[in-house]
Amino acid sequence: MTIAVLSGFGVALTAPWLQGRLPRRAGWLLILLPLALTAWFAAQLPRVAEGTTLAESVSWIPSLGIDLAFYLDGLSLTFALLISGIGAVVLLYASAYLADDPLLGRFYLYLLVFMASMLGTVLADNLITLFVFWELTSISSYLLIGFKHSYGTSRAAALQALLVTGGGGLAMLAGLVLLGQVAGTSNLSSLAASGERVRASDLYPAILGLVLVGAFAKSAQFPFHFWLPNAMEAPTPVSAYLHSATMVKAGVYLLARLSPALGGTVEWQGLVIGVGAATMVLGAYLAWQQVDLKRILAYSTISALGILVLLLGVGGALATKAALTVLVAHSLYKGALFLVAGALDHETGTRDVTQLGGLRRAMPITGAVALLAGASMAGLPPLFGFVAKEVFYKATYEAPDLPALLTALAVLSSVLTVVAAGLVALKPFFGVRAHTPRHPHEAPLRMWLGPLFLAGLSVLLGVWPALVAEYSVKPATEAVLAGPAKVELVLWPGVNPVLALSLLTLALGAGVYVFRHALLAWARRLDVGKRLGPERGYGRALDGLLRLADWQTDLLQNGYLRFYLITIVAVTVVLVGYTALAEADLSGALRAPEMRVYEGAIAVVILAATYAVTRAHSRLAAVAALGTVGYSVALLYILFGAPDLAMTQFAVETLTVFLFVLVIYRLPRFATLTSRMERWRDAVIALSAGALMTLLVLIVTADPSRAHVASFFAENSVTLAKGRNIVNVILVDFRGLDTLGEITVLAVAAAGVFALLKLRPAQARAPEARAERARTAELQAVPTAEAGADPGSGD
Amino acid sequence: MDSLVLRTAIRYLLPLLLLFSVFALLRGHNEPGGGFVGGLVASSAFALYTLAFDVQRARQLLPVTPRRLIGLGLLVAVFSGLISVLAGDPFMTARWDNRPLPVVGKLGTPLLFDVGVYLTVVGVVLTIIFALAEEE
Repeated sequence: MTIAVLSGFGVALTAPWLQGRLPRRAGWLLILLPLALTAWFAAQLPRVAEGTTLAESVSWIPSLGIDLAFYLDGLSLTFALLISGIGAVVLLYASAYLADDPLLGRFYLYLLVFMASMLGTVLADNLITLFVFWELTSISSYLLIGFKHSYGTSRAAALQALLVTGGGGLAMLAGLVLLGQVAGTSNLSSLAASGERVRASDLYPAILGLVLVGAFAKSAQFPFHFWLPNAMEAPTPVSAYLHSATMVKAGVYLLARLSPALGGTVEWQGLVIGVGAATMVLGAYLAWQQVDLKRILAYSTISALGILVLLLGVGGALATKAALTVLVAHSLYKGALFLVAGALDHETGTRDVTQLGGLRRAMPITGAVALLAGASMAGLPPLFGFVAKEVFYKATYEAPDLPALLTALAVLSSVLTVVAAGLVALKPFFGVRAHTPRHPHEAPLRMWLGPLFLAGLSVLLGVWPALVAEYSVKPATEAVLAGPAKVELVLWPGVNPVLALSLLTLALGAGVYVFRHALLAWARRLDVGKRLGPERGYGRALDGLLRLADWQTDLLQNGYLRFYLITIVAVTVVLVGYTALAEADLSGALRAPEMRVYEGAIAVVILAATYAVTRAHSRLAAVAALGTVGYSVALLYILFGAPDLAMTQFAVETLTVFLFVLVIYRLPRFATLTSRMERWRDAVIALSAGALMTLLVLIVTADPSRAHVASFFAENSVTLAKGRNIVNVILVDFRGLDTLGEITVLAVAAAGVFALLKLRPAQARAPEARAERARTAELQAVPTAEAGADPGSGD
Repeated sequence: MDSLVLRTAIRYLLPLLLLFSVFALLRGHNEPGGGFVGGLVASSAFALYTLAFDVQRARQLLPVTPRRLIGLGLLVAVFSGLISVLAGDPFMTARWDNRPLPVVGKLGTPLLFDVGVYLTVVGVVLTIIFALAEEE
């Protein structure tokens, strides 16, 4: 199972290479992976249906209790089958849909990474593992939505999806960490047992809120729903895969998975049912008003996700069963319909419903697929969508609270869904043949085979619902309820109120479809979409964030070296000084240090040289004086028995002189640019930094018991690290990781210097340097007027 | 810089300084020295050479560009830590060969790590110095 998850990442890496070598066959080869995964998961169906579960675990970060743990039960198996099965369909479809794209190999890479991340998400048994894969799906989704990265709208939509789902993900992480602490386990499979403790905990509202934000953002629930229609900028296979069949259902998965631990309370029901119902109605209401095929489908997907969330909020065997049935049905028909929309776009050159019509002769197979999938979406018998809608109505009709209201809302959204189904499945293929930008032909084999398969499944499961009930819905329901459940699905439940509701839905839907133009004019005037626009909030938040970043960047990264130094030193002095004065024991620290004569002599030299630096009237003098300070300090190191430090200090001083020689000719003429006040300010800061360091050294040396660090290294250097040079042993062994970090920082610094000096545009370099010099000359002419405006050197 | 004295001197100093830098690197675990100071000494040698001649000739002395040295050094340092991972221990657990050698003491992964530090330091300093010296 671990292999099943991780194989996707491995194969993904080979995809661009494979596409380069076998441009025509790479698609057929690559679908072997999702097909194999589908077969493997399908082979687990009988065992899982009997109630067995599979678990595997590889130790990952044992010190934090994080394992690469995977767990397969009915719920994860249902999702895994959808992910791998639809993955195969979409991959094959994309190989034709994007056949002319030079970056197809990269597309395969992203898609397979997404598939593997998604499998990891639904199979993960560890809360943190779940989060890692969850965020991986967000990142791969970002790459897929922004696949056509030359379009600004694509990039904006990708960023929006990433920020919304990623931000939700962070909230979820906080929630999961709290949940793990309260429950005392980070294993999802054993969470259900601690459900009582979690729900009784003081932290329960926080956990619930945070987890729900994550799940709602991912599953495009109100008020986070706006990213999903915008994500339609993605290539259509991506929309079919991520934004209808799999990723957007990750939030639903999380709710289902955590409902034994978190569910059943008033808070859960209120929030989840409320948000689910609002999303369901809003999505359906906005869906039928769109003209873009993909946006119609996107809003109706939002509506379907609302249904799923609503049902999980209601809870209990019936609603859970209904949720899982709707989930499977929706994945099948919506995946197929998205692919049909892509085929229409590909063949006719437009996705505008008003421009499409009468294509049934030109595209008979695509039309048949659309008709079947659309019928399933509308809930017509004998398709699986009908079965799903029956159990959905039954669940709302028999809901423990507010059954009348929930049922009314369910019927309302279903009526509008019927209209949307008509727009997608009927309008383009029947009626008057409309003129389209491209002359339409039937889509190639790779673009109808998969959708036909999905539509065929809608039919098969419709006439034989017991199949999916026994192998998928029942084990999954039992997994969600954490207990046995009696689950049956039938195509024909007999004449009852629910069937009457279904018929009413279809009749009303047909009516609205016929009179949609009149109703549309009325709905447009109402303009609910814009008024209820959380997207505007997103825009404002983003703008505000950018302004904040601008402001603080201007403040902190102002380009003046002296301000950087002032900021760094002053912050250090204030924070460390405060802690030292507030926390440390100063009794032994304030004493006259013992000093030998030659130490005192060196100290005098250092002080004199430092004073000389501040009073120097040429750079050369300043550098020479600084060198005196450096070499004197190195002498002190020798006196105190630290030859390593002394060697290093000598080498650094030498190199500093060398660097100075290299730049001295290019520096502007030495000038005093600071005012008297600024010099006093600098003096205060510098002196307080010096005073702080002196104080710290006195504190540390005052108390002999603090020397245990030194004695530890002295005693263990030879025995543990086989070296007698303690400084070096600390550097390469005891604190080797720090050293690795430090040399990495050095490398980054070198890259920075190199980029600053070398990577400027060649033509710009000379004039820019001249302009810089001219500007500096001007400044020097009026040193007091614009004292602060000279970036870099001078003072 | 056109100085015959410096040019003649650096011809003899360069190998000596480089030898000393390697010496400092190898003995570092037991005596004063180590990869960092060794790297600084080696860079000073090349820096002096650059001062005496020019960047072009200094570059020719090096088999690879300083930027490559940075990458190589980091790779060596990380690799030295990964050896123990392959053996099942945590990252950067020291592994030693217990036969004593002159100067070095014993061979072990910390020495390899120090070699990585040495290479990185040489690469960083020379990248900066060459870039500055080539400016205009």
